[in-house]
Amino acid sequence: MTVTAFFFYLFAILAVISATLVITAKNPVHGVLFLILTFFNAAGLFVLLGAEFLAMLLVIVYVGAVAVLFLFVVMMLDVDFAELRGGFIKNAPIGMMVGGIVLAELIALFAFQGFDLGVGKQLAAAAPEGVSNTKALGLLIYTKYAYFFQGAGLILLVAMVGAIVLTLRHKEGVKRQSISAQVNRTPETAVEIVKVAPGQAIVPSAEGRR
Amino acid sequence: MINTVIDWLNTTLPLPGWLDWLWWTVIYLVASLALLVGLLVLIAFLLLMDRKVWAAVQLRKGPNVVGPFGLLQSFADMFKFVFKEPLIPAGADKGVFLLAPLATATFAMAAWAVIPVNENAWGKWVISDLNVGVLYILALSSLGVYGIIMGGWASNSKYPFMGSLRSAAQMVSYEVSIGLVIITVLLLVGSLNLTDIVNAQKTGLGTSVGLPNSFLDWHWLALFPMFVVFFISALAETNRPPFDLPEAESELVAGFMVEYSSTPYLLYMLGEYVAIVAMCAMTTILFLGGWLPPVNVAPFTWIPGIFWFIGKATFVFFLFAMVKAMVPRYRYDQLMRLGWKVFLPLSLLMVVAVAAILHFGGLS
Repeated sequence: MTVTAFFFYLFAILAVISATLVITAKNPVHGVLFLILTFFNAAGLFVLLGAEFLAMLLVIVYVGAVAVLFLFVVMMLDVDFAELRGGFIKNAPIGMMVGGIVLAELIALFAFQGFDLGVGKQLAAAAPEGVSNTKALGLLIYTKYAYFFQGAGLILLVAMVGAIVLTLRHKEGVKRQSISAQVNRTPETAVEIVKVAPGQAIVPSAEGRR
Repeated sequence: MINTVIDWLNTTLPLPGWLDWLWWTVIYLVASLALLVGLLVLIAFLLLMDRKVWAAVQLRKGPNVVGPFGLLQSFADMFKFVFKEPLIPAGADKGVFLLAPLATATFAMAAWAVIPVNENAWGKWVISDLNVGVLYILALSSLGVYGIIMGGWASNSKYPFMGSLRSAAQMVSYEVSIGLVIITVLLLVGSLNLTDIVNAQKTGLGTSVGLPNSFLDWHWLALFPMFVVFFISALAETNRPPFDLPEAESELVAGFMVEYSSTPYLLYMLGEYVAIVAMCAMTTILFLGGWLPPVNVAPFTWIPGIFWFIGKATFVFFLFAMVKAMVPRYRYDQLMRLGWKVFLPLSLLMVVAVAAILHFGGLS
């Protein structure tokens, strides 16, 4: 148990520190890298809770895919740091208001619940004894919540199709490779045999100049 | 195997209560170190094999000066890299620049923690027998892209950045088809544990028609199209030729590695090869029956499973080396077309087909 406690405090402290560094880092790329470190520590906490499936999903989805794209957006955009810092005073009241509301809500939540959210009890019910949490999750998602799961998938599919439709443009005058057209060429359509008489130039036909 | 040793130590040399974590820690450290040393020595020779195969295809001799048949070439290369001066460009982001190769090497080696190499009377030969081993491998292989992106960005230079841009798109694309291929295997096995996946291949297509246990039971035959898709996607995922666009030397000098020299460069190369061998091991586990002997009769079963495992992984690596030697590099749009328009629909169809056969054929 002492080893578990040690790793819990390690992951928790690192998560808090790197989350703080996400918002204080001057360079946005460093900020995203610290965000990735935060995700990692959160995944570590999931493993300590016995939810290794969720931990791996967090790493695969958030670290492996979402944060990569995020990092690219940050790298590609020409961010003006001076302008960003200039807006600090202007945006500070809004930020403080949002932060204050969240803090008040958390205080209210903990005050009314008396610091006992029954987390321990819920954990015990999440994965029954002798069943790995992957299987327990699968049994729930694919039976009880099957329609919600399918619905969520459908929403994501619609979002993806929408994004593709918005960005798909066929520009004129761009060279494009059409694999089927290449494969379907035959010597009859592709090769033209020209008899050349000595001392005469070849005048290409309109067909042959393609 | 580790648990057997720890239990044995705990019974023969019992420790006081407050020190009960000691044997556990020591044995895990020793086992991890043994795995890494074995892996790195193996990779030193696989690297030589890679170059030798490449040379043989091009009718050259390859490295043949250092040691007999050039056997010590990789070690000589290592010393050369270590003793050179590391150069850091003036405009580079120093911390990220040095972190990037370290991240590549660390993530690649960390994947080996869950790869089982054998199972016998002593138990499973694996550092961590994780329930979600396949997902762990998938997660760490998707992390490999960070080393490349960070290196490309921190170099503060055009070509490295172009290389890392390409590689991110490439690795994210091919992960999708790798994930779907793994799902077809998982449908047959019903477990995310890598040892279970190997053990499930003891029976299969061959035994279902009455043949004795043999290599015909392994998944490569039952899921042959997926085996091919996985092999090609593994090439793309590890940036091996013909998909080595992140470091396409004919157009990007050396891609994301342009600004690297000495030990950081060595770490990049090492991480790349460790990832390649991990992919070979994954192919072995998912499709080639892991440590199972090809035919379950006397002379084959005498050989310990770990040699079968290394032999199969080396065979897959030989295929990687042959592909590198024979196939010309893909153009970038062709690479994307192959990943998204060919492999993704094919593997998605196979997932549906395999699930349907298992369900309606009453096999699950």
